[in-house]
Order: sequence, then C-alpha cells, then structure tokens
Amino acid sequence: MKKLTHKLYTAVVFAFLYIPIVVLIINSFNASKSRTVWTGFTFDWYRRLFTNGTILSSLGNTLIVAAIASVCATVLGTAAAIGIYNMHKFSRAVIINISYLPILNPEIVTGVSLMLLFVSANLNFGYLTLILSHITFCVPYVILNVLPKMRQMNRYLYEAAMDLGASPVQAFFKVIIPEIMPGIITGFLMSITYSIDDFVISYFTYGPTSQTLSITIYSMTRRKVSPEVNALSAIIFVVVLAALLVMNIVESRRDTERIPRRKKNAEVSGK
Amino acid sequence: MNRKSRIAAAPYLVWMIIFIVVPLVLIGVFAFTTTVKTDADGNFLSGEDIAAMQEELDIQNEENGTELVVETYDKVIFTLDNLFRVSDYMPVLVKSLWLAAVATAICLVIAYPLAYMISRIGEGRQKIMIMLIMLPMWMNFLLRTYAWMTLLERNGWINKFFALLGMGPFDMINTQGAVVLGMVYNYLPFMILPLYSVMVKIDSRTVEAASDLGANSLQVFSHVVLPLSMPGIASGITMVFVPAISTFIISRMLGGGTNMLIGDLIDLQFLGNAYNPNLGAAISLVLMVFILLCMSITNQLDNEDMEGVLL
Repeated sequence: MKKLTHKLYTAVVFAFLYIPIVVLIINSFNASKSRTVWTGFTFDWYRRLFTNGTILSSLGNTLIVAAIASVCATVLGTAAAIGIYNMHKFSRAVIINISYLPILNPEIVTGVSLMLLFVSANLNFGYLTLILSHITFCVPYVILNVLPKMRQMNRYLYEAAMDLGASPVQAFFKVIIPEIMPGIITGFLMSITYSIDDFVISYFTYGPTSQTLSITIYSMTRRKVSPEVNALSAIIFVVVLAALLVMNIVESRRDTERIPRRKKNAEVSGK
Repeated sequence: MNRKSRIAAAPYLVWMIIFIVVPLVLIGVFAFTTTVKTDADGNFLSGEDIAAMQEELDIQNEENGTELVVETYDKVIFTLDNLFRVSDYMPVLVKSLWLAAVATAICLVIAYPLAYMISRIGEGRQKIMIMLIMLPMWMNFLLRTYAWMTLLERNGWINKFFALLGMGPFDMINTQGAVVLGMVYNYLPFMILPLYSVMVKIDSRTVEAASDLGANSLQVFSHVVLPLSMPGIASGITMVFVPAISTFIISRMLGGGTNMLIGDLIDLQFLGNAYNPNLGAAISLVLMVFILLCMSITNQLDNEDMEGVLL
C-alpha cells in the first residue's frame, strides 16, 4: 500500500514535469496552425524549420557563442583556480567570494550590470558583448569545479615530478593538468550548457546581428508563435535525451570496466 | 606548486575587476545619480525652461531663416530620488516577494517527499529518476513556459478537458495562479536536486535505529530526517527563490500585462518604454541587496543546523 502511494506520487510529479513537453511534441505534428485544434498529422513544420533562415542563423550564433565562451572560460578559469589555490588565505577568500557573485546574484542584475558596462564603454552590442558576458558568467563554474580538484591533489606531486627531472612546464602539463582534468571537463561542459541555455543575460547584451536561439524564441513567443518552434523543441528534446542516454551508458560501461581493474589492483597490492 | 603560480590568476583578476566588480559599481553609480540639463554656465534647466527658450529661438529662426536649437549640456548629479522612487513601486515588490515565496513553499512541499522516495530506492533506478528530473531543465525554459500557455489558455487543452466533463471554461491564464504555476514548474528541479543530494547521504541504518529505539514515523521524521536534510532545504530554497523573485519572462508569458513583477519593472527601465536606467539601477540594487541579505541569513541557519547535527 505504501509502495503504491509512493509510485502514484512519483508518477503525478513526473506527469507534471513532462505534460508541457508532450504537448509541444504533439503540436509539432499538428497540421493546424492553431495550438489547440488538432486537424491532422504532418511533417510540414520540420521541413519549414530547416528553411527558416532566422531560426537556423540564431542556432548557429548560439553554437558559436557557446563554443568560444566556454573555451575561453575554461582556460581563464583553470588558470585562475591554479593561481587562487596558491594564494594567501585572505586574498583567496576575497577573490572566491567576488567570483561567485555572478552565480549568487539574480541573472537579471548580472545582465543589467553588464549592459551598463557596455553602454558606459560605448561598445556596440553584438557578438563581442554577448561573448564577453557569456565568458563572465561561465568562468565561476569552471573555478567552482577545478578548485576542489586542486585541493584533492597531492601537494608534493609537482615537486616529485621536478625532482625526477621534469621542467616546471613539463611538470605542469604532465602532472598537474591530468590530475585536475575531471574538474576542467565538468567546468567546460557546464559552461557550454549554461551558455546555450542562457536567456536573461543574453537578452540584455545581444545586438541585432547576434541573436541567439533563446532570443529568437522569445521574440517569437511575443508575436503569434509559428509551429516551427514546436518542431525545434521536439528536436532539441530528442537530442538531449539521446545525449543523456549515451552519457549514462558510457558511464555504466566505465563502471563495469573499473570493477575488475580494481580487483586486479587489490590482487597486486595483496601480493 | 609554489607561490609564484599565483601569477596564473592575474588574467582572471583583471577580468573579474572589469566584468564583475566594475559593472556592480556602475549599478551603484547609476542608482545614486541622475542626468540633468544645464546651460553653458552650469545652471539647471527644467523641461519647461528649455521649451520656453526654444520658443524664443523659434521666433528668431522664423525671422532669420535659421534652424537654431537650444544648447543644453548633460550633467550627472548625485541624488537619492531614484531610491525614493523605488518605494512608489512597493506593491510590485511585495507581490513579487509573495508570489516567489508561495512558489518556493509549493516546490518544497512537492519536492521533499519525492526526493526522499528517490533516495531510498535502488541505485540504478535513482540514476534514471534523477536523469528524468534533469531532462526538462535542458529544454529551453521559454519553450516550456510557452507550452503552459497552450495548456492554460481559455480554449486550451485543460479547458477542453473540463468541457468534456461539462465544466468550465475557467480563466486560468493571466492570473497570479498561472504565474506561481510557471515558477513551480520551471524551478521544481532546483528544489528536488539539492534535497536529493543530502538525503541520499542519510544512512538508512540511522532511520532504522531511530525506529528500533521506539520513535514513531513522525518522530523519525522530525528528529532524524528533517535535521539531516536541513542543508538541502536551505540551498533548495535559495535556488528556487532567487530566480523566482527576479523573473520577468514567466510573469509576462503567463501573467498577462496585469501581473508585473520586479523583473518586469527592471526590464521596462532598460529595454522597455519607460527608459530610465537610473531608476532601473536603483531597483536592481534594492533587489540585489535584499537577496544577498536573505542568502546570508539562510547560510547562517544552515551552518547552525549543521553544527547541531554534528553535536
């Protein structure tokens, strides 16, 4: 009985989470332009989507901005984490707290503050302002992920590498970087995700030439929405679902691979 | 690694100052200043003054066939007016606070049992459940909110369903309820995930020990599960409350024109018809200070509870 209520409750919450998405997907096959009348099945909106210049170019913009911003944020943030880790306690605390402000602050405040900066600096709103803002809100996520890896790392690994004849540069790239790599990768992936998903900060910093997908969707929802947007969201949903499934499968495979290896290690150390 | 590696942070420090510190300082500067018109000698000119001077010039212009315009200079002066004007919008601030608080409370009530149930099932199924909760978050939130418009409309799907039962139609869209629903829907995962991540660490043996020692299920909850999940509650509340109180999309899409929130107000001052960045900055400043204060309070609570748990 208890189990049944648990299952029922879980089912209700998941239904709540997924009903809107199901509605979008169903409507993407609806021949009628109306959102609420079903007149027949069609693939028309998918075909039109791929000839819709506005949507395609904004999709391109989104990907370009996400790629540039997340690469820059990863390099900048990783270097920052290494530097911050080696700082004195006080300056470290101050810098970390300031770095987390873009995460803690409401997005709208970050967006508005960057807009004021660009207006005051007389910058034209466009790719540059958009990419600068995206780097700014992505860097904290990289630092947030790399810094714990620095802390977990053995402090003497670097010295050991140098004692064994590595130059500081070699020691850095062959010892430090591999050690903190998982943090770097997570930070990079989070940056890409947040950059692609961002609306509020882009809204305050984009220019007419650099519309991202979120901005295009927003301007569409303000007018009569064309069902192509539904088709687009169905595609996005399938892509994300596939990505998550692949990630899960890869992870579980790695886990099953790891178990025998660990056993082997145990045997070796047992000897 | 040595102290010299501190240099690695140098580029970021420059970045941080330009793109985090300076913009926030600018919000402060804009909030406490306003731009006024002056003449060449630095005397203030009101709009009426300028209009009167222009009228005189127009007479000259007509006589001489010239096109002279009153020369004015912009001057930035310190003022507290913007901050005082924020209080004119008190109803909007109170409404945002109220709706965000209601949405946060509903999220907590829905998410708490769910997070607990998920944390008690097998590991493999936990992973799938968490993936399913994160999946909607990866969809563009504008699209998800837009889908609710389709559902809630007067001739939308929910009203069609009620019509089959011979009820309705109900006015659901463009109400405060719709705004709260949008907030709950969009931010529910932000409540479930932190709750789950602390609950999964609660050892089921602790729970069993409590009931073995004679605690009934209510006591197990209030003396064991609740205190141990306090950090998750605190971070869940901040993760839902902050975006909920500052949203301007959900209120615009689901609340119609009548349910304006702080976010809409700020947007209106910067990109809307009521262009006034000084007032916008003042509202942003109030919002930011309020949220950082709230956060430091929940942090405090969180830490104290953690100590209580450890003791």
